Amino acid sequence: MIEFHGVSKRFADGTLAVDDFSLLIPSRKTTVLVGSSGCGKTTLLRMINRMVDPTSGYVDIDGDGIAAMPPVSLRRSIGYVMQNSGLLPHRKVIDNVATVPLLTGVPKKEAHARALELLDTVGLDRSLADRYPSQLSGGQQQRVGVARGLAVNPNILLMDEPFGAVDPIVRADLQHELIRLQRDLDKTVVFVTHDIDEAFLLGDQVVILQVGAHIEQQGAPSDILANPANEFVADFVGSARGKRRLMVDETADSRGDDLVLIDGAGYPAGVVDAPGGVLPGAGSSPKSRSISNKTDQAGDA
Amino acid sequence: MLFLEALAFIVDPANLLGEKGILPRLVDHLLYTGLSLGVALLIGIPVGLIIGHTGKGKNLVIALTGSFRALPTFGLLLFIILFTGLGLWPLVFVLAVLAIPPIIAGAYSGLDSVNRETIDSARAIGMTEWQILGKVEIPLALPLILGGIRSATLQIIATATIAGYVGLTGLGRFLIEGLAYHDYTIAFAGAILVAALALAADGLLALVQKLVVPPGVSRGSARTTHRSRWNFRPAVSTGTHITGG
Ligand SMILES: Nc1ncnc2c1ncn2[C@@H]1O[C@H](COP(=O)(O)OP(=O)(O)O)[C@@H](O)[C@H]1O
Ligand SMILES: [Mg+2]
Repeated sequence: MIEFHGVSKRFADGTLAVDDFSLLIPSRKTTVLVGSSGCGKTTLLRMINRMVDPTSGYVDIDGDGIAAMPPVSLRRSIGYVMQNSGLLPHRKVIDNVATVPLLTGVPKKEAHARALELLDTVGLDRSLADRYPSQLSGGQQQRVGVARGLAVNPNILLMDEPFGAVDPIVRADLQHELIRLQRDLDKTVVFVTHDIDEAFLLGDQVVILQVGAHIEQQGAPSDILANPANEFVADFVGSARGKRRLMVDETADSRGDDLVLIDGAGYPAGVVDAPGGVLPGAGSSPKSRSISNKTDQAGDA
Repeated sequence: MLFLEALAFIVDPANLLGEKGILPRLVDHLLYTGLSLGVALLIGIPVGLIIGHTGKGKNLVIALTGSFRALPTFGLLLFIILFTGLGLWPLVFVLAVLAIPPIIAGAYSGLDSVNRETIDSARAIGMTEWQILGKVEIPLALPLILGGIRSATLQIIATATIAGYVGLTGLGRFLIEGLAYHDYTIAFAGAILVAALALAADGLLALVQKLVVPPGVSRGSARTTHRSRWNFRPAVSTGTHITGG
């Protein structure tokens, strides 16, 4: 569990990047911070591993103030994945993944064995282990970045627009891979993006931010869609433009039991299976990332 | 022909050994070069690395590489000798002063060429500042660091000829004696020897420079990923609020 208590950050040049921000980030869930560029997402994320220290307020992990923790060991205990993977260009994939374990004195053989397993975990072929980052595609580099973030088996994984620089198809792949991973690993993931669709796809909790990291709304994606707190949120998630309000297109000619759905602007948005013309209910949870075997234990970040 | 006569002088075994032979003077020349380079490295490398790593003192680099380049080395040497008297160390001092700016500039620009994001993420995963310097910045900067050392070495080798004017020897003695006695063959031979030594050292260092290019990094890509440190802020995807720099 990560807690922000009235945190502000003013940079040396006077920019107030984060203004009195408070938030509880529950353990073993994915919390997505979403907002446009420059609203303070990265700054928030980097205050969790002390890459940035707050000007005022404080951050706790499992009830302990991080201000008293040495930055280097704190960072080593937290996975960090960034947009352009940030891999060391002069080290092979396997050594990149094993970087932190090697720094902390894990024997090379052991660290490499674990790194190979992590390549499996993130869906990379082990034959890539001896390549250099420049010999990988963008998507592969991001996977290596994720593997590196997982190398010390951290409780917390910070991800700063990790899929922002790859093409949409690869991005969709990586997003689903992350959902799968998270189902198995149960990390406390803090994920930053400016893409609301990505936020809704990945987040158990979504936090919509405005400049200065002002929280406009936080909650489960379905709550936010059903009850946008204000016009900004409605606009941001697309409801205001009718993008999220779907209806059956009665004029469309469809196959079998499918009905075509259109959005508020009349553009086709999808299909729904409606046997005999009756729309089905979706059941309890719209999306079931969180119905794994997770238990909400306190005290495990 | 002068050139052939000079070559003949160089290859004549009679001129190789003995007090005024090529070999002892070559050894002395190398000694001056080595000592001066050592002193220059001892000062220039740490200073360049500190400036490169912290990003502070960039103006010092510019001042050094700009104005110090115009420093009249021989004048400085004579000036110092006025106070210290003749000896090895005034020479070493002056040659080191000459060599320090390119060494600092190489080390500084080497570190400056390392992608900011690479360093940032090394820090974010928990490397200490020393580990960032030793395991990330220096390996990636090594070709440029060596480039600075290479040009410093060449300058020292060429300039060490002034040793002959101040009671020392080295290959410069051939030039001085040749000119003094109007024996241009010997003077020319001295010039050839200095040039050959410079070329040999340059070739050797060029080779080393090639060898230290980190695997996985082509020198072209190291350059295209260059980001100026001076505009860098840790946050990557900032909007239009450009306030730094
Ligand atoms: N190191 C810094 N120095 C000065 N201003 C900064 C620094 N880092 C970020 N900022 C500013 O703080 C604001 C928030 O930045 P950031 O957290 O990177 O936003 P986001 O990640 O949401 O795009 C922006 O206005 C940005 O320009
Ligand atoms: Mg950002």
